[in-house]
Amino acid sequence: MTETVQDTVSRVERGEAFLDVRDLKVHFPTDDGIVKSVDGLSFKLERGKTLGIVGESGSGKSVTSLSIMGLHQPGTADITGQVFLDGQDLISASREEVRLLRGKRMAMIFQDPLSAMHPFYTVGHQIIEAYRVHNKVSKQVARTHAIEMLDRVGIPQPDRRVDAYPHQFSGGMRQRAMIAMALSCDPDLLIADEPTTALDVTVQAQILDLIRDLQREFNSAVIIITHDLGVVAELADDIQVMYAGRAIEYGTAEGIFDRPQHPYTWGLLGSMPRIDRERSERLIPIKGTPPSLINVPEGCAFNPRCNYAHLNNGASETELPELLNIGDGHLVACHLSPEQRKQAWENDIKPNL
Amino acid sequence: MRRNRITTAIAVSAVAALSLAACGGNNDNSSGNSGGGASTAKAEFNAAVGKVYNPSDKKGGTLRMAITEDWDSTDPGDTYYGLSWNFVRNYARSLVVFKSGPGAEGTKVVPDLAETLGVPSDNAKTWTYKLRKGIKYEDGTPVTSKDVKYAVARSLDKATLPNGPTYFNDFLLDVPKGYSVYKDKSLSGVAKAIETPDDQTIVFHLNKPFAGFDYFAQLPATAPVPQAKDTGSKYREHPLSTGPYKFDSYTIGKQLTLGRNTNYDPATDPDSGRKALPDKITVQYNVNGSDIDNRLQAGDLDIDIAGTGVQPETQAKILANPQLKAHADSAAAARLWFTVLNSDVKPLDNIHCRKAVLYAADHEGYQRAYGGSVGGDIATNLMPPLVAGAQKFDDYGFETAKTGDLDKAKSELQQCGMPNGFSTNISYRADRSKEKATAESLQQSLKRVGINLTTKPYPTGDYTKLYAGKPDFAKANNLGLIVYGWGADWPDGFGFLSQIVDSRTIRATGGNTNLGIKIPAVDQMIDQALQTTDQAAREKIWVDIDKKVMSEAAVLPGIWAKGLLYRPDTLTNVFVNDGFNMYDYTAVGVQK
Amino acid sequence: MFAYLVRRVIGAVVLLFIVTAVVFSIFFLVPRIGGASADDLASRYVGKSAGAEQIHEVAVKLGFTDPIYVQYGRFVKGLFVGQDYNYGPATEKCPAPCFGYSFVTQQPVWPDLVDRIPVTLSLALGAAVIWLVAGVGTGVISALKRGSVVDRSFMSVALAGVSLPIFFTGLLSLSIFSYKLGWTAQGGTNPMDASNPLEWAYDLILPWTTLAFLYAAAYARLTRAGMLETMNEDYVRTARAKGLPERNVVVQHGLRSALTPILTIFGLDLGLLLGGAILTETTFSLPGIGQYAVISLRANDLPKVLGVTLVAAFFIVMANLVVDLLYAVVDPRVRIQ
Repeated sequence: MTETVQDTVSRVERGEAFLDVRDLKVHFPTDDGIVKSVDGLSFKLERGKTLGIVGESGSGKSVTSLSIMGLHQPGTADITGQVFLDGQDLISASREEVRLLRGKRMAMIFQDPLSAMHPFYTVGHQIIEAYRVHNKVSKQVARTHAIEMLDRVGIPQPDRRVDAYPHQFSGGMRQRAMIAMALSCDPDLLIADEPTTALDVTVQAQILDLIRDLQREFNSAVIIITHDLGVVAELADDIQVMYAGRAIEYGTAEGIFDRPQHPYTWGLLGSMPRIDRERSERLIPIKGTPPSLINVPEGCAFNPRCNYAHLNNGASETELPELLNIGDGHLVACHLSPEQRKQAWENDIKPNL
Repeated sequence: MRRNRITTAIAVSAVAALSLAACGGNNDNSSGNSGGGASTAKAEFNAAVGKVYNPSDKKGGTLRMAITEDWDSTDPGDTYYGLSWNFVRNYARSLVVFKSGPGAEGTKVVPDLAETLGVPSDNAKTWTYKLRKGIKYEDGTPVTSKDVKYAVARSLDKATLPNGPTYFNDFLLDVPKGYSVYKDKSLSGVAKAIETPDDQTIVFHLNKPFAGFDYFAQLPATAPVPQAKDTGSKYREHPLSTGPYKFDSYTIGKQLTLGRNTNYDPATDPDSGRKALPDKITVQYNVNGSDIDNRLQAGDLDIDIAGTGVQPETQAKILANPQLKAHADSAAAARLWFTVLNSDVKPLDNIHCRKAVLYAADHEGYQRAYGGSVGGDIATNLMPPLVAGAQKFDDYGFETAKTGDLDKAKSELQQCGMPNGFSTNISYRADRSKEKATAESLQQSLKRVGINLTTKPYPTGDYTKLYAGKPDFAKANNLGLIVYGWGADWPDGFGFLSQIVDSRTIRATGGNTNLGIKIPAVDQMIDQALQTTDQAAREKIWVDIDKKVMSEAAVLPGIWAKGLLYRPDTLTNVFVNDGFNMYDYTAVGVQK
Repeated sequence: MFAYLVRRVIGAVVLLFIVTAVVFSIFFLVPRIGGASADDLASRYVGKSAGAEQIHEVAVKLGFTDPIYVQYGRFVKGLFVGQDYNYGPATEKCPAPCFGYSFVTQQPVWPDLVDRIPVTLSLALGAAVIWLVAGVGTGVISALKRGSVVDRSFMSVALAGVSLPIFFTGLLSLSIFSYKLGWTAQGGTNPMDASNPLEWAYDLILPWTTLAFLYAAAYARLTRAGMLETMNEDYVRTARAKGLPERNVVVQHGLRSALTPILTIFGLDLGLLLGGAILTETTFSLPGIGQYAVISLRANDLPKVLGVTLVAAFFIVMANLVVDLLYAVVDPRVRIQ
């Protein structure tokens, strides 16, 4: 379903983006306490654009996407906030309504295509199944469509491979098949959760190319979730960095890579092994470990691991930094003053990258 | 966590409650459950012992019987089970038969096919019977003495018909070894042993005198079989009936159905006491024992044909519940549970050591091993009171010192040179828990005077064939005490004692019922009893044999057995027949 | 695939022969170790007071005096060609497959087996249907409602079902439902005597439910565990992500995977049960193969024991074979290409 330009304009004027997440909070009550996986996340995404969400394990990136898709088991999570998909709030909608949107208007591809596809059914069957949930057509028609999709994602001999089982594909081909399955109903939003993490490096590039091509073809909004900055560098228009359930930096890809503002982002960039640099003594890891989401540190969640926390006169330990716009739509949540950050970036970090 | 435990507890108590309900509340159902007419008799404990309970002449209905396993064979010439000898009278008439009457009446032999009891001659080596006229088989053909001769002759073939007793093999004159009527169709091999001068007369010639031959003549093997219709080991599928019932259908191992034999003429059967009240008799085989007891109590089954009593757990329930107990009969049996003192094993070759065992044993303990007084009465000598002519005597004071007389025991130990006691082994049949309890009770009681017993269980199936009943094995394994039991083939001295005290029956190859009693004087007295035709005199000899065995301290008698039978309200005309120690299966009837 | 099948079938046949040879050996050789002779063995099948000559005659008749391999050869020959049996006045032919004649009843064993197999089949198959439906059903519900009162109650009842021995539940049910309430058939009723399928089902309903209770309990727990595992799998999440209704997700994606190990166990359980549901048949006095096994073992009746063992082994071997093949059908990853 395509929108007309007028619709887009009026929507933007109303202040709603195609995908508009506002103050999303996802808390899991457990016996040990409340796990605050996502604690006040907001962002927007337009059709045809790609947003990269970056962070460590436990930062809340996957939880966010599962919340958008409505894939949390009822009763396990307390979800508050709003998630507007083309004007409809998914959080307050009924489960049945959200189910009907899944696969049709928003789709997801997962990290490990071998475990994400059912081993007992052929690839064709699974694509047909996805298609027939939302389209009342005969099996024959659906099968033809499945073969088409496999062809589009670049799988050779699709008419034969449609009857093959997932374990009979190579890793890359399998991921392509998964993408075919996800896109079989032409969804407007595609969420790719670590799509290349389980694949060889050489195949990674192919998959990322494929995603970009399909995005252009379908004009879908794409969220790509990863911990690998190299992947977002390729694909994303905008990048959101998450830490401990919150967004701590947001900007264009260029802005994040050329002018990173948050000490955590610096750490991420510094701990990336890069082949096009001199081999330095060692990588620069971020000291410490990710925080417990039950007992999030007071103040800035990053403060125990931040090398610059002492420069804030104790604000890091007590006050939660707000996500503020520092210009050009570049947002950061940090107590350091822009000058301090610039200094640190120029002197400490950049030379070592 | 708590909720889980609670729901588990609820589930478990629900099950427990159900089982209590099922076990406890049978009261309302048992009396007057099936059957429309109210019985005029009042149910009470032992109402069918020694007298007829609910006497009736009304014919009709189906007598439903069941058994936990099976018995050896329905072929009258091939069966040894007591219940079979009781039941077979419904479709097989032998020369003479145990009377169908309550109490001691049932131990008397009366004429059946024959007009009178046997007539002895030649010093009880020849016996003559005259058959009544007008007796027919179920197909209408007449019975002749030749058929009786053939029936006895065929029962000699133990290869084809291995299960029955061997009295005829042992006593008939000049029967060749391995004789088989199937190889000798002219019956020339038994020409000397059995004569049939005419169709109504049959004469038996024995190889030694035997005064009690009528007991042989009551064996089902004398029920006539026409040679032309004999099918050997398949004959059991449908024996040709001379009795009030015939085989309607029979699936071996599953069900037997008897229907009326229209060619049976009650006028030819004035003495036996058969009443033939039910129209049909059904027997179900291989039925679960507890199920049988439940069905009896619910009125869905009429008789447990095994006749040995209810399962132990049912027994406890019956005795505790007055309503149920009123439906129970404690049937005494001609059966003794005892322990042989094996004189092959030192120091039990010395009579004083043996006497020490008799004095030290706890007789109440022995009785408790069999369930207390319900299991039987303390036996003070060998022959149970039921046996014709038996006399009770208590030479060792079992009844005055029920838990044993330790002083006397110790003094006997002194006299046999073992003042501090001795050690030996006691064997018992492994899967018989009562025998195990007996062995343990003796272990405890004899320990008090220093006699130390080690228990040795052996498999029941091969107990007498390979283990305790094989003299070399018993001696080599130091089996000084051997726990056993024995029921009479029929309730007279010979039927009870001969197989367990006659030393000449002991075979080196095993399979013995005499597990170690070797007293030459006893053997002589047995021979004399066989010849004594005067019944009273004969019975006295058996009593003397009993006294002699006891005086030699060859056996420690335990208890005279009793079985607890259950009598549903559906039964009419029911009584315990002392000849078979169970309900009489030819006199009983059912409420319609 | 065909070669695989042929190999398995040959293996099965060899196994059946080995089984009979083992039974033969146990029966004849073990007493020999204890010092028993052929006559000693024969003494099991005679009356109380049989003399030595009589016992020897029986030993000869039953073939004990022949060497073991001759006896075994006779048995095998009987299976393929048949045997002759002298029943006294004449000889009758026992056609192939002849399992010999019972030492105790002198009746041919094969007709008994043929008679009893339908009873065991009826019992096993009927109970199997019930326990599959009940067990898997409650297992799925329990898994989906994990931790709820429903789950806990089902699992408690399942625990009781698995723990209570069948002779207890069987006798209890008989006592309550058959005798007190009169709703169900008595113990010992032969379902194959029924004149119509309805009566057949009525005769079996209590043994079915009692036996099924035991297995359903086990299967409920198995299914629950399996479902809990599979519902956490990634492909279940994918199925939801495609927008499938929850029922399809549970049944076609979750249950489908959880069922494969259950199907395997089901095949094995059914195979064992077809070889004779001994406890159930004894408790309810059903004249099937299991009861036959008890009768034959109690009486040391070798021909019957061999017959039952072969039948049981046959069913178990078949069940194993079918399960192996079924696994390849159900799980494509296992298939031989």
